[in-house]
Amino acid sequence: MSWLSPEMADIVIQILKSLVIMLAVVVCGALLSWVERRLLGLWQDRYGPNRVGPFGAFQLGADMVKMFFKEDWNPPFVDKLIFTLAPVVAMSALLIAFVVIPVTPTWGVADLNIGLLFFFAMAGLAVYAVLFAGWSSNNKFALIGALRASAQTLSYEVFLGLSLMGIVAQVGSFNMRDIVDYQAQNVWFIIPQILGFATFFIAGVAVTHRHPFDQPEAEQEIADGYHIEYAGMKWGMFFVGEYIGIVMVSALLVTLFFGGWHGPFGLLPEVPFLWFALKTGFFIMLFILLRASLPRPRYDQVMAFGWKVCLPLTLINLLVTGALVLAAQ
Amino acid sequence: MTAEQALYIPPYKADDPDVVGELTARFGEQTLTLQGTRTGMPVVWVPREKLIEVLSFLRGLPRPYVMLYDLHGVDERLRTHRQGLPAADFSVFYHLMSLERNSDVMIKVALSEGQMNLPTASNIWPNANWYEREVWDMYGITFDGHPHLTRLLMPPTWEGHPLRKDYPARATEFDPYTLTAAKQDQEQEALRFEPSKWGMKQHKEHEDFMFLNLGPNHPSAHGAFRIVLQLDGEEIVDCVPEIGYHHRGAEKMAERQSWHSFIPYTDRIDYLGGVMNNLPYVLSVEKLAGITVPARVDVIRIMMAEFFRILNHLLYLGTYIQDVGAMTPVFFTFTDRQRAYKVVEAITGFRLHPAWYRIGGVAHDLPRGWDKLVKEFIDWMPKRLDEYEKAALQNSILKGRTQGVAAYNSKEALEWGITGAGLRATGVDFDLRKARPYSGYENFEFEVPLAANGDAYDRCMVKMGEMRQSLRIIEQCLKNMPEGPYKADHPLTTPPPKERTLQHIETLITHFLQVSWGPVMPANESFQMIEATKGINSYYLTSDGGTMSYRTRIRTPSFAHLQQIPAVIRGSMIPDLIAYLGSIDFVMADVDR
Repeated sequence: MSWLSPEMADIVIQILKSLVIMLAVVVCGALLSWVERRLLGLWQDRYGPNRVGPFGAFQLGADMVKMFFKEDWNPPFVDKLIFTLAPVVAMSALLIAFVVIPVTPTWGVADLNIGLLFFFAMAGLAVYAVLFAGWSSNNKFALIGALRASAQTLSYEVFLGLSLMGIVAQVGSFNMRDIVDYQAQNVWFIIPQILGFATFFIAGVAVTHRHPFDQPEAEQEIADGYHIEYAGMKWGMFFVGEYIGIVMVSALLVTLFFGGWHGPFGLLPEVPFLWFALKTGFFIMLFILLRASLPRPRYDQVMAFGWKVCLPLTLINLLVTGALVLAAQ
Repeated sequence: MTAEQALYIPPYKADDPDVVGELTARFGEQTLTLQGTRTGMPVVWVPREKLIEVLSFLRGLPRPYVMLYDLHGVDERLRTHRQGLPAADFSVFYHLMSLERNSDVMIKVALSEGQMNLPTASNIWPNANWYEREVWDMYGITFDGHPHLTRLLMPPTWEGHPLRKDYPARATEFDPYTLTAAKQDQEQEALRFEPSKWGMKQHKEHEDFMFLNLGPNHPSAHGAFRIVLQLDGEEIVDCVPEIGYHHRGAEKMAERQSWHSFIPYTDRIDYLGGVMNNLPYVLSVEKLAGITVPARVDVIRIMMAEFFRILNHLLYLGTYIQDVGAMTPVFFTFTDRQRAYKVVEAITGFRLHPAWYRIGGVAHDLPRGWDKLVKEFIDWMPKRLDEYEKAALQNSILKGRTQGVAAYNSKEALEWGITGAGLRATGVDFDLRKARPYSGYENFEFEVPLAANGDAYDRCMVKMGEMRQSLRIIEQCLKNMPEGPYKADHPLTTPPPKERTLQHIETLITHFLQVSWGPVMPANESFQMIEATKGINSYYLTSDGGTMSYRTRIRTPSFAHLQQIPAVIRGSMIPDLIAYLGSIDFVMADVDR
């Protein structure tokens, strides 16, 4: 066992941890399909899927069997390469972004100094999934969906980044662990950065194309928009990709604004993972509750809201934070 | 509100003699032929060369006939009872409505087989467009100067004109259907979309338009409805609605069913309206037969009709909110519908299509304990309506999506033949239950909800108000249900009263004939319009003294409402169109019949 030097062991353990985290995120994302349907059922005075296993918990298995065994169908009029690439991007972009999330003091994939920037880069990539799908499908509904997606992303990416600059200014680092530590020593950013939180949360919903920012798919208007031509496993990847996005953004919200793995008032520091999971779960539910309760604004109203309300708010937030940070020095 | 919107509606004047006087004074007695009918309005035959002049005159009168309420044809060739009428192989009738007079007039024009054309009326009333297309489709009568005279309800490749008397009414009368390769090619070719054929421009100076085919299968098209959009980005430059996918030929079927056995077909016209559809039909047949129904029948009919108004409006409310993107309320409104159906089921034995009204009465008496069920429902509903209003309709996103969207004013509404909530949302206080009471509505206390802006939001709020008023009416029915028989004691009541049949051979024979062949209605014409769930629904019946109707014209509100779409939605965006479609409240069965 001479090759198992301490460094080597570290690497192996790190790889194993990464795999575990990736699997956990993917499984969480997939399981969310069942959780969402059950929760919607609860809020909508009906049951939701409750037939397969206890409380329908094995519904995911049934869905997977269905999707894996469906014919992998490419319509004859699509641009095959891009058509296939789109769901891959959809599922992987935000999944890869998860590497920067510190789950507990000892768990986490990569401790990047440019952690936040890496997330922005990946969130920016995610829109290509919708663009590729909408363009390559050669379908007008899909094209309109893609157009809406690009316009929406353009508007919301602007303040997605700016909304977090207040945090960066206060901490003085893009590193996620630094940000969490800073919150543990001072106060959770939800209090000083409340404006940043509000705008980032909105932008986060927009990044994942969740209701009410599901303009690119808007079932009632453009009949599922960009993924209208997809079926089987490719469609399933879009689907899971969306849920991974929810997990990712929820985890990010917890890390950036709610002290990451720390409990409130330093409670129970021996169970960091539990705190992380509880808080993330809360935001996931919030995403689903949003979907259950709100109508969808028209897409020019979404644009106007982004540029006229959210962007000024983030700028004010940044200015005030910057002034305070300078004053404190 | 403008002065025009605050229109005063005088009491209803049946068989209004004024207009006949005005017409005679202008055109002279020898030009006009008056026909005595039981339609409740003067029926005037005019010669074809005077037609446009007469129609323009009526449109231009002081207190004008602002609405072309209906326009259709009749194949007169097999009609035996037409003494005193001008000779005709076909006739076309124009049913005009004046709100300021609150009375109607029907203009008829005779056509011979050799000369099957008329001048178009679409320059006088824009909504004549679709009606004339339908007349051409069904009878082969052409309208000179019509902007786009093509098939409306039948497919473009169809041969023949189905409402002609020589056209078979049953599939078994046709040769077996075969699809040859040539025919298949022809059908495929007919499906090819060419914007110019639909009256749309392909491109503007520097760029092409995008044509988006919304439907006939689309989640928000509310049935098999197709609308082709000419888009510049997401802005709708022009659009063409296409109907006919749900056409079943109800008017043709009416000519081969007995008066009695057509009742279930009426249920399926506005399939959310249930017994509400039976009402204008049986009232109209009762006018032909001369039946007056007992008070209990009137009150039972009103109560059930109002139940179906609520059922319809609940579905409307849920889908409307769903169309603007909120997914939850529709589940709650369906729960409420279930509670209403519990009552409907207990009383009629059916849910969606009870076909429960009868000529001269209803199918059975109210069951024991009905009052308890009705009470439960009217206690439950009001707080739910408050909840919908608070949780969904006052939501600012929903308001942002619907206020000011797809708005039209009273003048446009009347021009396009809009009735019901779509008209009242523009501020016109015209509800037939008040304006022209039928079936005993004059005995009830209720208000007519109105709004002022005529936009998608107002249409929904009017419907919300109507549900509250319907609950009030049902409560009054519950408290004041008269005792008495549930069927009129009249020889033409169907099924006929049976009490004496087992003692009396003569009564038994009559009973037997009437049940097996159906009742024979005296030759005449009758008409009844009601304030149905979606607007004004009416049946115009022509009897030639037989067990079957000679001609049944079903005028449905949704048909007119869909024809108006392009005029309202030009310049808006796709999401506005969806909100607009959601706010109209239509079902395709009600459009296509």
